[in-house]
Parts: sequence; structure tokens; C-alpha cells
Amino acid sequence: MIELNDVHKHFGPKTVLHGVNLTIPKGESMVVIGGSGTGKSVLLKCILGLMTPDAGTILLDGQDVARAERDAFLARFGMLFQGAALFDSLPVWQNVAFRLLRGSLARPKLEAREIAIEKLRRVGLKPDVADLYPAELSGGMQKRVGLARAIAAEPEIIFFDEPTTGLDPIMAGVINELIREIVVEMGATAMTITHDMSSVRAIADKVAMLHDGIIQWTGPVAEMDASPDPYVDQFIHGRAEGPIEAVR
Amino acid sequence: MILTAPLAALGRWVLAALASVGRVTLFALDALSHILRPPFYPREFLNALMNIGWFSLPVVGLTAIFTGGALALQIYAGGQRFSAEAVVPQIVAIGMVRELGPVLVGLMVAARVTSSIAAEIATMKVTEQIDALVTLSTHPMKYLTAPRVLAGLITVPVLVGVGDVIGIWGGFLVGTGQLGFAPGTYIKNTWDFLEMADVVSSLVKGAAFGGIATVMGCYHGMQSGRGAQGVGRATKTSVAAAAVLILAANFLLTNLFFTS
Repeated sequence: MIELNDVHKHFGPKTVLHGVNLTIPKGESMVVIGGSGTGKSVLLKCILGLMTPDAGTILLDGQDVARAERDAFLARFGMLFQGAALFDSLPVWQNVAFRLLRGSLARPKLEAREIAIEKLRRVGLKPDVADLYPAELSGGMQKRVGLARAIAAEPEIIFFDEPTTGLDPIMAGVINELIREIVVEMGATAMTITHDMSSVRAIADKVAMLHDGIIQWTGPVAEMDASPDPYVDQFIHGRAEGPIEAVR
Repeated sequence: MILTAPLAALGRWVLAALASVGRVTLFALDALSHILRPPFYPREFLNALMNIGWFSLPVVGLTAIFTGGALALQIYAGGQRFSAEAVVPQIVAIGMVRELGPVLVGLMVAARVTSSIAAEIATMKVTEQIDALVTLSTHPMKYLTAPRVLAGLITVPVLVGVGDVIGIWGGFLVGTGQLGFAPGTYIKNTWDFLEMADVVSSLVKGAAFGGIATVMGCYHGMQSGRGAQGVGRATKTSVAAAAVLILAANFLLTNLFFTS
């Protein structure tokens, strides 16, 4: 279980997170929605330790992540980045097997390659992709490789940062389905940040709405459409009028 | 107020410059500490050795041979004014080994390697590849910086040695082919005149310049701002900073070696 208690983060004079409280139960898929620039990525990076919160605590299974042993802590996570963040200098299979080729999870090269190819197959890519370089792949294929890398070491917790950004609607649907299948199959705890409502409906067990640096509403995805919260109502219906200021 | 404003601006500039020096120094010390502590990434180190050392050889060789040749011509022309043309082999040798070899190789490495390291790491930062490294339990300083800095410390002295030899050979070709020196005499004068301290100073300078060039590339890459402009600025600043620091370090090391 991941618990965020009163998490604050600011950059210079701009406060991005203003006391975020959020609980993600074990084995559930939480999707955090909110407009661009509302701090969704910052929230995710604070949990992973890529950024340090100015105040508040983040607990993973009751342990403060700030005091956790970094390697052991990160070994529990997989992450799909917005732009896939594949390493240009490595072929696809070495990207997928990155964690399996070094560090505490290292194993023989042949075995790591086999696992990488199996994970590529799991995300719908053929084994001949394994020896290509990321620059030779389309955006959708890069996202799939990123997903394969995120699940390669069978993590307990998987984060997805804007998983469908930059993809056509069909490819976005494919990625959403893959994420849902994989999360259910692995029994992983998932946290996704997105402003794509089709992703929310496909991936989420629970939804949290982040705006003005705080969680405005949280609840099961089934209750989202009937939510009385004006922020959620405006956001999911994409209205220009409402409490969320739209810059024209 | 009017009188103090320029002083305040100067003070802010000095403080910012000192803070920059402090940050770079801490970064360099951190890089050195990661070189000594496991885990090590031998594949990254070998890649860096090839990129910094092997692939710099053509540019270093061409720079050195033309510089050695031009140096021979200049010393001959200048020496004629006071009947000292005969010192061409000695001055070419001492000029290449003590000064031009290390400095030119350092500047060539700054142009070729520092820029490439800064652009590569800055692009990795902009595209979240460095964040991805962290989430994959890999320390960016260990994986990206330590192998490059170690490769710079090892390969640049070798490049300087090669540059020294090729530069002297350039002088030899011009001296014997154009200025009428006897080959045997030219080689003997070169060999007899050079001292071990000249060679040691050349190689020490090479190691220092290799460290500067790689640290500046890594530092500015890691500090890069967002987007293409951020990558461009990181690359430009890294090369300029590396070049200036190499010339400043050259002055300090020359003082250290040759003015006691």
C-alpha cells in the first residue's frame, strides 16, 4: 500500500503540491487525473524519490520511502515513462533486460535476453524487434518496449506516466488494454497519471482528481461519472466553463 | 544607492561564479569517488575508451602533424634573424612536448569529446532517460559519469603522447624535406635535447586535461535545461568552459613544473 500524507512541493515561488493526501491499496489500479501542469508527474516522481517533497510523508507498506534502502525500494517498482525513455545507445532487448543485466537482479546474458523476448512477446512485439535500436521503432512500438521494460523484473508496483500521449486512438486503446491485462495478470499495484479519459475508464479501479495542488476527489471509477465534485464534472466532460480556469 | 548598485551587481556575479566553481568541484569529487566504489560498468568504460581515445586519434594526428610542420617553419624563419636556424629540432621537440602537444590535444578533445558527452547526457536528461536509469536502480553518476571521466584520465595522456610524437615527426618531415636538415642529425638533436621531465609534464597535463574535458561534458549535460535549447546551451557552455579551464590548468601546471 502506498500512502501520501500532506505532501508539499514547490519550485521557487510556485507551489505545485499543496498538501496531497492519497492512499493506493495493494493490488489496486489508481489513476490520477488532472489538467496539464497540475503536478501529476511531480507527485509520481516524489513517490519514486526522483524529487524530494518539501513536507509530508510518503509511506510504502508503512515504511517511509525517504528512509528506505534505495536499491531494494526501487527493485519493487517498474515505470513506463511518457516518452518511453528508452536508452538510445542500447538495442531493444538490452533496454527491456536492463535491470536483469546488472545490479542485484543480474542473471546470465542469454537468460536475460530470453526473458526480454518473452516480455516483448507479451506486449505484442515479435522477437525480431529485439535487435533493433529505439530510433528504428514507431511511437507505439516504443511505448510497448517501455511497457516490457517496466514489467521485465516482475515488479510489485508499476507506474504509468501518460501512457497514451502521442498515440493514435487505436494504438492508445491497445496500450490501455495491455496495461489493464498486465496489471491484473501480475496482481500489481498500479498508479497511472493521465488526462486521457479513455485510459481512465480502461485502466482504473479508483480515480483521484488533482487540482490546485490537492486531491479534489477520489473514488471508484464506477462513481466518477456521478461525482458531485464540480472539478471532476468539468474535467471528465471537457467543459470550458467551471471551477477549473481554462486559458483561451 | 547609485554608487552601491554596481558593487552589489559585482558582488552577485562573484558569488554566482564562486557557487559555480563549488558545484563543479563537488561534482568532480563525486565522480572520482564513484570511480573507486563498486558497482563498476566495464562495458560503459570500454565504450568511453573507444570514443574518447581511439576515435580521437585521426583529429589528434592531423592537428599534431600540421602544427609540428608549421612550428619547424616558424622556428627556422625566426632563427634566421640571429643565425640560430640549427635549433629547429630542439625547439620543435620541446615546444611540442611541453606545450603544444598537451594543449592542442586537450582543446581537440574538448571540441570533440566534451561536446559529444554534454549533448548525449543532456538529451538523456531531456528525454527522461536519466530518470529511467534511477528507476532501474542504476546511479547516473556511476553509469554515465564515472566511466567517461576514468576513460578521459587514461586515454588523453596516451593521445598527448601520440600527438607529441606525430608533431615531432611533422617537424622532422619539414626540417628534412624542406629546410635541408640531415635526418640522422635531426633525430639525434631531438632525442638528446628532450628530458624525462618534459615527457612526464606532458603526460600529467594530458591526464589533467582529460579529466577537465570529461567532467565538464558530464556536468553540463547533467545540468541541462529543457528542450533543444537546453541541450544546445549545455553543449556550448561545456566546450567553452572546458577550453578555458584547460588553458588555465596549462598555465598552472607549467608554473608548477618549470619555474622552481
